[in-house]
Amino acid sequence: MSATDLAPVAPLPDRGGPQQPLVIARDLRRHFPIRSGFFGRRTGTVHAVDGVSFEVVKGETLGIVGESGCGKSTTARLLVGLIALDEGDIIFDGDRLGDQLSLRELRRGVQMVFQDSYASLNPRLTIEDSIAFGPKVHGMGEGQARRRARELLASVGLEPARFAGRYPHELSGGQRQRVNIARALAMAPRLVILDEAVSALDKSVEAQVLNLLADLKEERDLTYVFISHDLNVVRYISDRVMVMYLGEVVEIGPAEAVYARKAHPYTAALFAAMPSMDPDARTEEPPLAGDPPNPIDPPTGCRFHTRCRFAEAVCAAVKPALASVPGEARGGEARAEAHVAACHMLVAGSGHSAAGGAA
Amino acid sequence: MTKPLVDIRDLSVTFSGERTVHAVNGLDLSLPPGEVLAILGESGSGKSVTLKTLLRLLPPRRTAISGMIAVDGVDVLSLSGRRLADYRGGTVSMVFQEPMLALDPVYSIGDQIAEAVMRHEGLGRRAAMERALDMLTRVRIPSPERRLKVFPHEMSGGMRQRAMIALALACRPKLLLADEPTTALDATVQIQILLLLRELQREFGMGVIFVTHDIGVAVEVADRIAVMYAGNVVETGTVAEVIRDARHPYTKGLLAANLHGAVKGARLEAIRGAPPALERPPEACSFAPRCDFADERCRTAPPPMIVPGPGRRVACVLADRLEAAE
Repeated sequence: MSATDLAPVAPLPDRGGPQQPLVIARDLRRHFPIRSGFFGRRTGTVHAVDGVSFEVVKGETLGIVGESGCGKSTTARLLVGLIALDEGDIIFDGDRLGDQLSLRELRRGVQMVFQDSYASLNPRLTIEDSIAFGPKVHGMGEGQARRRARELLASVGLEPARFAGRYPHELSGGQRQRVNIARALAMAPRLVILDEAVSALDKSVEAQVLNLLADLKEERDLTYVFISHDLNVVRYISDRVMVMYLGEVVEIGPAEAVYARKAHPYTAALFAAMPSMDPDARTEEPPLAGDPPNPIDPPTGCRFHTRCRFAEAVCAAVKPALASVPGEARGGEARAEAHVAACHMLVAGSGHSAAGGAA
Repeated sequence: MTKPLVDIRDLSVTFSGERTVHAVNGLDLSLPPGEVLAILGESGSGKSVTLKTLLRLLPPRRTAISGMIAVDGVDVLSLSGRRLADYRGGTVSMVFQEPMLALDPVYSIGDQIAEAVMRHEGLGRRAAMERALDMLTRVRIPSPERRLKVFPHEMSGGMRQRAMIALALACRPKLLLADEPTTALDATVQIQILLLLRELQREFGMGVIFVTHDIGVAVEVADRIAVMYAGNVVETGTVAEVIRDARHPYTKGLLAANLHGAVKGARLEAIRGAPPALERPPEACSFAPRCDFADERCRTAPPPMIVPGPGRRVACVLADRLEAAE
């Protein structure tokens, strides 16, 4: 790639048009070997992400929810190319990562904000230098990169004159997370992945940052992938929601449809586990017993069958595919409107007693 | 009226060293026996410091404590040596956020519980192990006989927190302190632990002070809520009173920021600014710089403590006005 290509660090042009999803993730798979003993022999495999497919539509916010070990953070890291895929394709605006799109080009289009605002900044760089670093690596001149850093500081609500020369430890958690957002925007990305980006913040500060994210999305025509364990926040910010369990997608659909219907039993349990806000209607019965199983040796068939109260023989034997949730969006509608879940109870003739007989 | 189990009066805690921090400033708090109080607050509000002061866990050389703390009639601030050791784990015990850090990694779960029982109740090893087994059964750890011999790293996060609770309750304390015990857990595990704590509290009849930043968690476990800000309680009341009829602007802001029922796309009513650094003790209302309703009174003198009803306190000039208007 020539230097002139990179010099301006301008936003990547829209190539595929509005109908082309910004990201198509197809059958993503990433396993991590566990080695032990003197010779480091492979003694197990973590099935971190196991056949995950989804699309991110241009201009939307896709929320990803799930518990620890469900693969939501690994999915995010695969999308930015921080870890390599074992199998599967990532197609960014029509170009496949690998042969049609280099990792370097992908990272101009996709940036990420992490949960730990302190660990993700270099403690030896002033925040201005941190923000200007990416553009400089991509060929922008010193003066221009600095100007851009100051503009970005102003747009995330940090007065450049006061803050530009400060080091990360001189800022509060909320201010640091604003810096991380500014740094992500320095490459003029089209997709920003927010991996638990507001989870470590105090509630009152979290609301400020959520407002900021909404403003930036509007101003800069961004697309977000928003990963969080807080279902209230995900509902507020997301257009569509994807629920993951042990490295797989169990349900995906428009936020309101998922929140209203909760078609997969795991989705229903996850929502029921949210603390009640009504002192007269406190939770009496935990929706699930035990901890989420280990992704090292995931259960056969439906991975949720070991904790599911509707589980039958078919659930342990056959892995359910994502199927349309009956009574809602059908296959004929636009893909972005589809509401699908991976549960035998939703598929007529699957062998589960709760599934309808007729197709 | 029964004598309170915990009676804290005008407690102030100041840390010195590189930086002076007035972490707790003139706190008054009381807890009747058998009641569950949730202290709700953000980082730096002084909620964890209050708990640690109750157990006298703060480094004495860098901490100045003034005021009075009585737990079950004992003057906690005057305890030392053997009497302090009897008090910790005997009268009062604590469950921490990170059981992996709080449990000893080189002793089995059973040994750790038995050690506490032998120390506090003078039981023999066999009887102490029986108590440990009983405790693991009560916190619903599956196959408890086997888990007695297990080390903390061999358990999952939820199981470790159950073991931590078993250890804390082994000597039947009158007061349990819980410092964000479910914050590090997954949602489906968190609710299990909250319901377990609620059940054990009823069973043992102990008083509980539960520190959390999550309003939903407070609603699930507590009878009463005390909202802390900048080292003091700004509002207390029963859970229903605080949730349905919040009077302090800070409490109202926190409730709005919880996003429960927030309309998608609507702007959030965020509290602006950030909590104060507390390098000097507050001389006026600490929340005034962030408050939309602050006036001259708020910036010149500490807010009055308004009592809108029995057991209800709000530290805000506004609460007075509201009451007068009603």
